[in-house]
Amino acid sequence: MSTSPIVTFDAATLAFGSRVLWQELNLQVRPGEFLAVLGPNGSGKTSFINTMLGTTALNSGTVSIAGAPVRRGSNLVGLIPQQRPFGDNVPLRARDLVALGVDGNRPGIRIARKAVHTKVDQLLELVGASAYADRPVSDLSGGEQQRLRAAQALAGDPRVLLCDEPLLSLDLHHQQAISQVIHRQAAQHGAAVIFVTHEINPILPYVDRVLYLAEGKFHLGSVDEVMQSSVLSRLYGAPVEVLRVNGRIVVVSGDGQRQLPPDGHEHAEDATRESGK
Amino acid sequence: MNFADFIDRTLNFDDYGLLLPLVSNSLIAGAALGIVGGLIGIFIMMRDMAFAVHGIAELSFAGAAFALLIGVDVVTGSVAGSLIAALVLGVLGTRAKDRNSITGVLMPFGLGLGILFLSLYEGRSANKFGLLTGQIVAVDDVQLGGMLALCAVVVLALILIWRPLTFASVDPVLANARGVRTGGLSIIFMVILALAVAVAIQVVGALLVLALLITPAAAALRISSNPALTVILAIVFAEISVLGGILLALAGSLPISPYVTTISFVIYLVCRGVEALRSPRKHQV
Repeated sequence: MSTSPIVTFDAATLAFGSRVLWQELNLQVRPGEFLAVLGPNGSGKTSFINTMLGTTALNSGTVSIAGAPVRRGSNLVGLIPQQRPFGDNVPLRARDLVALGVDGNRPGIRIARKAVHTKVDQLLELVGASAYADRPVSDLSGGEQQRLRAAQALAGDPRVLLCDEPLLSLDLHHQQAISQVIHRQAAQHGAAVIFVTHEINPILPYVDRVLYLAEGKFHLGSVDEVMQSSVLSRLYGAPVEVLRVNGRIVVVSGDGQRQLPPDGHEHAEDATRESGK
Repeated sequence: MNFADFIDRTLNFDDYGLLLPLVSNSLIAGAALGIVGGLIGIFIMMRDMAFAVHGIAELSFAGAAFALLIGVDVVTGSVAGSLIAALVLGVLGTRAKDRNSITGVLMPFGLGLGILFLSLYEGRSANKFGLLTGQIVAVDDVQLGGMLALCAVVVLALILIWRPLTFASVDPVLANARGVRTGGLSIIFMVILALAVAVAIQVVGALLVLALLITPAAAALRISSNPALTVILAIVFAEISVLGGILLALAGSLPISPYVTTISFVIYLVCRGVEALRSPRKHQV
């Protein structure tokens, strides 16, 4: 496996108006590496992903993929977005949705139906969605839909797999299945994974490094280096405590009264799920 | 009016053979419009734009009324009106929520303008009513040529952008990330939609455009999720509605639009029924 970086941020700064999300970010992600990106809402996690998709421009600095400047629609990059329900009026079966991931950006109508059909069958198999290949997408559960999103993202065998909270609102079973599919792309195909999440625990076994964004600052390092009381307290400018319970990471605010998800962001639903598991 | 009179006025096949040749142009125009309605209807449904279509239709009506008033071609007037409406919606209403409020603002203004122009118009009153409720009974060869050309433009343009438009309509975030120009496509779609609305108005009138652009596709989506099959069904439903409507209208002395809208509504009801019988599970949620 090559050790030259696949994603390189060089002195990158992103701001919306006068609000600086992060600045002077230097980051190199190697092939096969699994990078978790954590941080509270509004810390620029999704924008971070968008800079690598080429849909959001940096204010200064550069980001390159495989040594070339980011280009929108590049086949080197795959995206698994947040789960979002499809309306009732979507005339697509599971396989049609995945097919859009294969060639949906090409003009005209689909001519090479057979080739796409075969490719889609392989992708569905890869993510364990073959059983509902012909069901309408609007009938599928959130977890089933996210497997299709993973299949879409893997269609181009991407070198960089960008994941924007792909596990949000999924049950534990689907969380694990989808994390595994993503991990496999890193481990077996040498793709770099950049995984934005509120919840580090489902992906803890796979994470190589953590990028933590908060209050216009960031911290980069291994899980053990970043997920520490002193580091997170400094990022937030307020006392935060990081606890380890049965191999899981729990972040609580400094007074010990409230439990926060590992990104330090309060979210009633997350908190209950955290304690319920 | 008693029931026998009603039947006599709505369904009277006495002179049917004599009347049929008179509507051959209308049938050709209707058939072309059926294809357009079925195709574009699927995208209107996917993009959740039924209300916007109604708004475009009202401005198209205003344009047609203005054309009538100043004595130029009515089709040109309605194309101009709907293009203006579509571009305003395309530029200002990129999000569904904005689009709905802008449509709500635009629609009464368009209708008001249309009524103003018609009040000032001193020609045949049948022309006035026709713009709102349909006037296909007399399509001359020149008009037919124009309508067919517009339909061809709509169909060809839709085929050219079919895949990326589908992608952008169901999944804008991912489509955008995969390099689809979602913003540009949505403007192009609005222009195509404006042309389709302008043609449809010539057949069923501004108030009833939805019966051909929405109802057939909505019905098809109730009974299939196969993308190719929904398109075919939507076209078939639209054809049955418009051709059936024209043929039945010959047998009465009423405008064609009540026949067209009734047939398309019945098809929709049947499709909902089929859906309910097939998957009662879906309606319990």
